[in-house]
Amino acid sequence: MMTSHDTLSEVLKLAAAHFSVPREQLTPDDDFFKTLGINSLQALDLLTRLEQHFHIELPDYELQGVSDFRTLAERIQSRL
Amino acid sequence: MKTFSGKTLSWQVTDGVIELLLDREPCNEIGSATLAELEQFIDALASLQKTAHALIIFSARKSGFCAGADLRELYHGSQGLPPGERLLGMHSFLERVHHVMNALDAAPLTTIAAVHGVTFGGGFELALTCDLIIADKMARFCFPELRLGLIPGFGGIPRLKRDVGNAVVRDLLLTGRSINATKAQSAGLLSQVTAEGDALRVARATAAQLGKFDRDTAIAAKRFIKPIPHEELRREIDVFCALFTRPAVEAGLRKFVDSKDALPYLP
Repeated sequence: MMTSHDTLSEVLKLAAAHFSVPREQLTPDDDFFKTLGINSLQALDLLTRLEQHFHIELPDYELQGVSDFRTLAERIQSRL
Repeated sequence: MKTFSGKTLSWQVTDGVIELLLDREPCNEIGSATLAELEQFIDALASLQKTAHALIIFSARKSGFCAGADLRELYHGSQGLPPGERLLGMHSFLERVHHVMNALDAAPLTTIAAVHGVTFGGGFELALTCDLIIADKMARFCFPELRLGLIPGFGGIPRLKRDVGNAVVRDLLLTGRSINATKAQSAGLLSQVTAEGDALRVARATAAQLGKFDRDTAIAAKRFIKPIPHEELRREIDVFCALFTRPAVEAGLRKFVDSKDALPYLP
């Protein structure tokens, strides 16, 4: 079973790799729309990758208003 | 016309397979230009199908297969018109869309939607006319219409009901949420899920396999297993039009048009 810390770390790693941003530039409380420079279309792409990576289903309405990595990781953790 | 290259789409026939390529920025939104060229395609299909056994519909746009109806055109086109005229215009547009979708659905060849990325609203409805949907693993499917105060209007609900169980139909329609290819396949919507960027190759391989069988048998099998829900399709147009002129729809469309985001109706 992954811990919350593991999940957050995986989310940051995956986001950094996919959007070609150095991992050390991302912090848990960053607004990922701003830090990654992405729109909602790219956020959906990230959601799909996260669902595949963690083997979960995460309805997009559960992410309404979520814009930081920490909360995103918490939503994922609740589905593991 | 064996080949065609228009403003929003193109087609060609290779080895008995018609390839219909959607290519309109930003993500193949279906407005008057796309609809007119789809109508041209349907007119040409009577001749094309004489030498083809399969049709593949796919997208040149990186962001996805098709993001649905052109809501900006819909909003701007209806501004300033009295409600009666807006309704007549919408009804006429939907009749034309349904004519295209029904013709694709019933086409006497095997049809394949090779999809990736955003497959939303009218784009999802277009894919649902096809006999097979082959999806890249990054594809996402959604009926976001309820967020605009509408229901899907391009034949999506009757075709979704034809293909999958009520739990999936209600979930997609009533929550407006998007689902990934893995979920869509487990729900029975997809025939295959491919690696990223591989849907077209797999669709072509599938189309080549289809060419090995007797054409008349394939057509008979299709007609037997894929009835067109004409009555429900008619009712869908009526329900859509009954909802369309309400202020909530205009407000939803205005919010969409005013947004600068790529997909403003998502969370």
